[in-house]
Amino acid sequence: MRPGGAPAPGPGGAPARRPGAVAATGVRARLAQATRTAPGRLRLAGVVLTVATVAFGALTAWQLETRAQAADRVVSYSQPLSRDAAEIHRNLADAATTAATGFLLAGAEPKAVRDRYEQDLATAAKLVAQAAARTTSTSPGQDSLARLNQQLPLYAGLVETARADNRQGIPLGGAYLRHASEQMQTVLLPAAAELAATENDELAKDYAEAKSVPWGAYGLAVITLAALGWVQLTLFRRTNRVFNIGLLGATAAVLAGALWLTVTGLTTSAALKRSDSEGASPLRALNYARVDVLTARLAENLHLVARGSTTKYADQWTKATEHLDGAAVKGDLLERRTGSLPEAVRLAPAAAEQDVRDAVRQFDDWHQKHDAARKLEVDNADYQGALDATVSAAADAPTADAAFNATDRALARAADIEQGRFEQSAEGTGGDLRTAAVAAALLGLVAAAAALRGLGRRLAEYR
Amino acid sequence: MRTRTVRTRPFGALALLAAGAVVLAGGGPVGAAPTTATTGTTATAGDAAQRAAQQETGAADTCDVTKSVPPSTEDGPAVKAIKAKRSLVIGVDQNSYRWGARNPNTGQIEGFDIDLARAIGAAVIGDPDKVVLKPVATADRIDAIKKGRVDLIVRTMTINCKRMEDVAFSKPYFNITQRVLVPKASPAKTIDEAVKGRTVCVADGSTAQTVVTGMKTAGQVVTVGNQLDCLVLLQLGKADAVMTDNGLAAGQAAQDQTVRIVDGEAQPEVIGVAMLKESPDLTARVNQVLADYYARGDWTRSYEHWLKPYMLNEADHYWPGTH
Repeated sequence: MRPGGAPAPGPGGAPARRPGAVAATGVRARLAQATRTAPGRLRLAGVVLTVATVAFGALTAWQLETRAQAADRVVSYSQPLSRDAAEIHRNLADAATTAATGFLLAGAEPKAVRDRYEQDLATAAKLVAQAAARTTSTSPGQDSLARLNQQLPLYAGLVETARADNRQGIPLGGAYLRHASEQMQTVLLPAAAELAATENDELAKDYAEAKSVPWGAYGLAVITLAALGWVQLTLFRRTNRVFNIGLLGATAAVLAGALWLTVTGLTTSAALKRSDSEGASPLRALNYARVDVLTARLAENLHLVARGSTTKYADQWTKATEHLDGAAVKGDLLERRTGSLPEAVRLAPAAAEQDVRDAVRQFDDWHQKHDAARKLEVDNADYQGALDATVSAAADAPTADAAFNATDRALARAADIEQGRFEQSAEGTGGDLRTAAVAAALLGLVAAAAALRGLGRRLAEYR
Repeated sequence: MRTRTVRTRPFGALALLAAGAVVLAGGGPVGAAPTTATTGTTATAGDAAQRAAQQETGAADTCDVTKSVPPSTEDGPAVKAIKAKRSLVIGVDQNSYRWGARNPNTGQIEGFDIDLARAIGAAVIGDPDKVVLKPVATADRIDAIKKGRVDLIVRTMTINCKRMEDVAFSKPYFNITQRVLVPKASPAKTIDEAVKGRTVCVADGSTAQTVVTGMKTAGQVVTVGNQLDCLVLLQLGKADAVMTDNGLAAGQAAQDQTVRIVDGEAQPEVIGVAMLKESPDLTARVNQVLADYYARGDWTRSYEHWLKPYMLNEADHYWPGTH
């Protein structure tokens, strides 16, 4: 009714209809009209089945494709970035440790030590550049990368000043090295740790996306199969023909698609889980342990660089080793200890476990050598003796440094194994998912064609 | 407090008497008459150092930082014990250039303090090689003596009232004042000019920190763990000036030819050899060694070898002369 007492609209006195309502009623009327006759109902079933099967194929293909992309990102993007970030962190910590070793050996610094320091810096710089090239300006790691890029040359400059002063025999060199290490510990390493955390988050996100169950595809498969079954059942009741080859084919195609989806979904998800539990996760734990090992070694060196002027570095050593191996009680079972090293043992896959356990043994040896050197320094006031027991220019001397190197090498071996496990498990999952996606799309189309053909046969009977 | 600061046996009674005299004669506040109990001290540096020490530890805590037991060559129980174990452990620094620093190329600790430490060792146990030089951290000095980890500390240790409550000191062997280092290019002529509105670096817990904070004119005070870290910051342009004592300032100037020490000094203090309060015979022996060391000309020779090129003054300026 129009408000305001307007004159009555039409001569018929019927209320005016809106044009949209006319259309809606028209469609509804036509639908009602169509379903009133058998051919109409058949045509409608044809439309519904075509839409359902094509939609099933398309949705499955799309969902599998997003998972394939996520799996590809895990393998070729986020895991390598996460690994590189951990490598940057480790190389920087190694550079600081090695610089301090070289400093302590002063003029006797062997070429191998110098080479290792330079190699560490070169690797870190290369990986920072690579990571920067892979990220965009909005990537979360960008900020950390910029800081690393800016601070690395400054750090290297401080270390060179320390070396030059040390070779002239002035204590200022020690102050420079401590300053450089301070920069490393308070600016560079936190930036690298931040980068590693960001990349680990990205990796976890991609893992979650790649492993997520395609519920939409499963749901639509069930609906499509139900619709196919219902149409066939109705036809059977009406026509008493048991089989409609077209509809049967469509059902088979959708079933095949659903089966492919299920099998691929389960196998890739299992493979990705394995790559995470035997590769990425233990690798992450291992990297924490490796950085802790380097932190402890750096504190050990800096304590000697500071030449007894402060207890700061002895405290740092205690903190780092506790972080590494808990408050390890001798003889206590490794499984019951806390700390990053026992954690790395717990998470290690069987193939790498021996190497990690070997690293624990070497670490215990190193700890004993450290304590012996410290005893020399504190009880006997034998600084030179403590220094000789810690670092030596001779490669085969049984120093704390040698035990540290053995620990580090064992951990590096384990890291290689775990990286291998990751690649072995994760590689190819993206391809499997993509094959399944293509198959689902094709099977959806086949199902639609078969359903149309099957219903067309019935329709033809009415002409 | 007064009685505790000089608990060396021969002097304990005297100090008690003197303290009583102050109270009887003056009747004023205990902190008002600091020089009553001093025995023939005339050096102005000593008096000034006393004032400095008072400022640091609170006005109520007065003492005479130049006071120690008289020199003696007699072997008391502490000296006998050291001779019996045939080693003398002396706490030293291995980071203060020209005072006590480890030469990285020879592995030896060397410097002005080290010469003195070896002279004491030679006199007490007759063999400089039986001296064990043990690096001690600044914060650990008093504890090292009390726990018996070292017999003596020869490590640019300032004598003040608070420390005198914990350990015994020899007579002072060097006058210390606070100096300011600036880059040679700086136009500053006095300490005030060098500090005003500038970023000044000091070591945490040092006298310089108290002085600079007290001046209240510095633009910013940067605190570091070790005085040498200040030179790093100065070289990197992160500080405009460094305040530290004249001995350490000399060490810093010796390591960088592009810095200079500004004219003028603040907060005069003295440094001495520290040891256990329970062994006055050792303190008396060290005082004897110091007197002989100076009389022989060894003190001046050591000064000229290690410090003169950087200290701006003749040796006499730094000898407290209270012996």
